[in-house]
Amino acid sequence: MSHLFRSHAPITDDGWHLIDEEARTQLLPGLAARKLVDFSGPLGWGHSATNLGGTTEITDPPVADVAARQRRVLPLVELRSAFTVSRDELANADRGALDVDLDDLDAAAQRIAVAENVAVFDGWAAGGIVGIKAASPHSPIALPANFAEYPSHVAQGVEVLLRAGVTGPYGLALGPGAYTGVVETEHGGLVVFDHLRSILGGPIVRAPGLDGAVVVSLRGGDFLFESGQDLSVGYDHHDADAVRLYIEESFSFRVNAPEAAIALGKA
Amino acid sequence: MTQSAGLHEPADTLSDETIDRHRAIVSIQEELEAIDWYDQRVQATSDAELAEILAHNRDEEKEHASMTLEWLRRHDPALDTHLRTYLFSTGSVIEVEHETEGAGAAGPTAGSLGIGSLRGESL
Repeated sequence: MSHLFRSHAPITDDGWHLIDEEARTQLLPGLAARKLVDFSGPLGWGHSATNLGGTTEITDPPVADVAARQRRVLPLVELRSAFTVSRDELANADRGALDVDLDDLDAAAQRIAVAENVAVFDGWAAGGIVGIKAASPHSPIALPANFAEYPSHVAQGVEVLLRAGVTGPYGLALGPGAYTGVVETEHGGLVVFDHLRSILGGPIVRAPGLDGAVVVSLRGGDFLFESGQDLSVGYDHHDADAVRLYIEESFSFRVNAPEAAIALGKA
Repeated sequence: MTQSAGLHEPADTLSDETIDRHRAIVSIQEELEAIDWYDQRVQATSDAELAEILAHNRDEEKEHASMTLEWLRRHDPALDTHLRTYLFSTGSVIEVEHETEGAGAAGPTAGSLGIGSLRGESL
């Protein structure tokens, strides 16, 4: 039995299939960071730290005249987003119902997707994660209120990366509002979204939780997401009415080449 | 992609990740096939020196296959889950399957949603 304790849940195989599929469906659109950064793993729940290769000198060795160093590692963080499913709804699903209420699961999936995005793009000091935006040595470029002007500002961002020797293709993460804006706006007979794609040479991703935008190089090796346990659904407890479950993952994130990204923010 | 035989769908409908996994899978196929060929030739030849060389080459192919399989595992979460279940287990492999499925996991992924890398995807 795994630590997810799924076998203890009063859920049929069909019920688990429904829950897993719904979780996957809700997670995929929002997991923006994974669409832009390198992903390794999953290395398992037992994987606790990423090897950084460096050491820190220990100035107080156990014995005099013995040099001592401590290895540097980046501990993995765990994220868990809990939700409740009604047992009546699960019973209805087993009978063939197609309108099963899984709203709480949907909200939990969106929460953990946002948490992952925020950790990667903005950073998470309490979790020991420096995000892409904070790590970048480049001064952020202002983003105009008018979506029609986005291409020139994104092009400026790409130019900064090129001047720093960072090759493309490039990807662009946009907060949901900006993403909708560039999809809906036309300028010069061209949809802004398509114009941006031609500048970047890579994907534009909708990133819930992201404030502003980030241009990143997709050349590889710059931004590393290391998965311990990939997103999984586990069991917490249940009573006569409901089952308490959760979506959980463990990961570390590190920036190897801070110069390979630039943040864009509201002017 | 015209150099990599075996794509069953037009290359422009496939992601870079899928094509790279295809490259790895074909490479593993080739390495395993080479192991089989060498294995038979080692047994068939009556020249002891040639048999020694062929056996050496055969075992190097095993290293190549293992390295590529490890790359594939790191890029395929479902395969990773299966390998973690079955590789280096002891006793009946069929029993391992029964134990895994009997443990209440809904399917072989045992809780993982199998999402992994989404690199290159836009939506």
